[in-house]
Amino acid sequence: MSPIAAAETGTARTLTLVLFVLLVAATLAITVGASRQNRGRADFYAGGRSFSALQNGLAIGGDYMSAASFLGIAGLIALYGYDGFLYSIGFLVAWLVALLLVAELIRNTGRYTMADVLAYRMRQRPVRTAGSISTIVVSVFYLLAQMVGAGSLVALLLGIKADGTFLGMSAETAKIVTIVLIGVLMIVYVTVGGMKGTTYVQIVKAVMLLAGAVVLAVMVGAAYKYNLSGLLGDAAAKSGKGDAYLSPGLRYGRDLATGAQTLVSKLDLISLGLALVLGTAGLPHILIRFYTVPNARAARHSVLWAIGIIGGFYLMTLALGFGAAALVGNSAIAAQDPGGNVAAPLLAKALGQRYLGGDLGGAVLLSVIAAVAFATILAVVAGLTLASSSSLSHDLYANVVRRGQASETQELRVARVAAFGIGAVAIVLAVYARSLNVAFLVALAFAIAASANLPAILLSLFWRRFNTRGAVFGIYGGLLAAVGIVLLSPVCWGGSSTYRAPAKLSAAQAADCGVPVAATSVSNPTALFSCTAPAPIPLENPGLLSIPVGFLCAVIGSLTSAERDEEKYKRLQVRAMSGAGAH
Amino acid sequence: MDPSTQLTQVTGPASTAAPDGAEPDSAAAYRATAGSVEFAALRRALLRFVFPVTVAFLAWYALYVLLSAYARGLMATKVVGNLNVALVFGLLQFASTFLIAWAYARYADRRIDPLARAVRDRMTGGGTGS
Repeated sequence: MSPIAAAETGTARTLTLVLFVLLVAATLAITVGASRQNRGRADFYAGGRSFSALQNGLAIGGDYMSAASFLGIAGLIALYGYDGFLYSIGFLVAWLVALLLVAELIRNTGRYTMADVLAYRMRQRPVRTAGSISTIVVSVFYLLAQMVGAGSLVALLLGIKADGTFLGMSAETAKIVTIVLIGVLMIVYVTVGGMKGTTYVQIVKAVMLLAGAVVLAVMVGAAYKYNLSGLLGDAAAKSGKGDAYLSPGLRYGRDLATGAQTLVSKLDLISLGLALVLGTAGLPHILIRFYTVPNARAARHSVLWAIGIIGGFYLMTLALGFGAAALVGNSAIAAQDPGGNVAAPLLAKALGQRYLGGDLGGAVLLSVIAAVAFATILAVVAGLTLASSSSLSHDLYANVVRRGQASETQELRVARVAAFGIGAVAIVLAVYARSLNVAFLVALAFAIAASANLPAILLSLFWRRFNTRGAVFGIYGGLLAAVGIVLLSPVCWGGSSTYRAPAKLSAAQAADCGVPVAATSVSNPTALFSCTAPAPIPLENPGLLSIPVGFLCAVIGSLTSAERDEEKYKRLQVRAMSGAGAH
Repeated sequence: MDPSTQLTQVTGPASTAAPDGAEPDSAAAYRATAGSVEFAALRRALLRFVFPVTVAFLAWYALYVLLSAYARGLMATKVVGNLNVALVFGLLQFASTFLIAWAYARYADRRIDPLARAVRDRMTGGGTGS
């Protein structure tokens, strides 16, 4: 490497590291500051219900837009063109489900957790147990994906090469240290700051993310004189795929060699679309955000703010993704990271060089964007840890085990211990799984939320006949269906078949699978259990099957039980719709 | 039957079974309010908007996904410059999302919030007949 390039990497890396340290210090300071206001349960679980709609809207954005939203979608658009945009549309439209059907009703009905709402008119213990298990499973899967992703991401952002060293550590060690560090931080944010600390961290992250995206998008606009058509044309040309780049079909729902393979590819696209649009309103770490405002009207306004923020952000990722393809080039992006996560940072570097002044300008902007990505990771993992630990203490400990007889102090102590415990387990699992392709865990979390949680929430709020057995069957049915289908899917079994086309293997992938490079027996080289055995269920995303199963189980469970309580249903509706008696 | 279940059947479920702050409003007040004119109006106003609009935007989104999967030729048709139907359709999904959110905000502000307040007043003011 030439001395200039080496020095440049050194500058960027040092700047990035400095910004990371500053960020950690700032978030810890915020957390400790927030902890001083924490008196009781309402503070720890719901931030004292004192956040304004704008603050909560920003926090929702911060909680929802993960590194996958920022780096992943920009990368997906850069490498595959239109299909990345398709992804972000699902993420946005999903918020209408939350706005119209869920947010205000949850705020009025429940108190601290998702299971509060599910168990309102049911027998407490079985439904709270089911709701809590679902909450913890969804949150931990999501958390694992974030932490494993963080390990590779930070290595990428700091420019740590596979064979290089960093501060005396090998690349592998650096990855492990990153995962442990993020895990420790999220435990501290939650145990010390509770919902208040977590919310402030999420707000800071959201502001940073929006500012960073705006800066980059404006610069991309300047580069193309705000001519969208020109930007698209350039990106398509540089991608080497021409017009196909600007249309759906390069990544999802591809037209493949045989009719069967094409059909499955399209069904996968539909399945993904369904899980995205229905899953958001069932994600526990999002639902608990609605409890942090004073009343249902504020909850509604928070979601309105969130829709504006999230929508605005995803529109900007169009500029980021296509800008990266046009200004950086797909080969440069894919060479550093085949997943495309490095598209946005490389775009920042290119724009910084162009508009801020040479290599130093590039290094500065690259470091800023890297810091934004790091903040993004911290905010989301904190929210997930809080959601799972508060469910464990409030639902399982206080209500199921102690039958409502635990004192506030005891409940809070268990919440903090739970945060520590869940965090520790997540760290260990993430370190163990750090080389596996766990991105599917996010899609699975959405699918479980859509299959297990959403049916139970909606039927509880709107269906008179719904009862305890329906809730329990629905939650466990949806959960088992989603997880079961994934265990039988190409995510776990990577062999090619009538329904899954063979993939072109790189030398490394072929070696990992133990097949020759020219082999046609492998469809998914990153499959968890086997590269060559074909999947019994050829769908990558379980949504298309598990969501109907979840609804069906909920309905059948209700109808096969004689339990019927008209009075409780009316009471729930009065409370949910008017807010009378709400906490 | 354990005591907590007995309690539940008499006063209705607490959203948590925690000892602090038992449900402030009695079952009788809820019963009266549930049968009231105000609540019927609130429920009607809410569901008349929320259910049809949800079906509509989900159908619109489904159309978008299905066309993206099956009508590639249509989606690739250029509209102006390099902008094709797919991009325009995608941007329309953004626009419709913002529009629906705004429409709901206005509707809730004008129609639902006053009705909800009336129901709450009825609960706390003590229902005089239903």
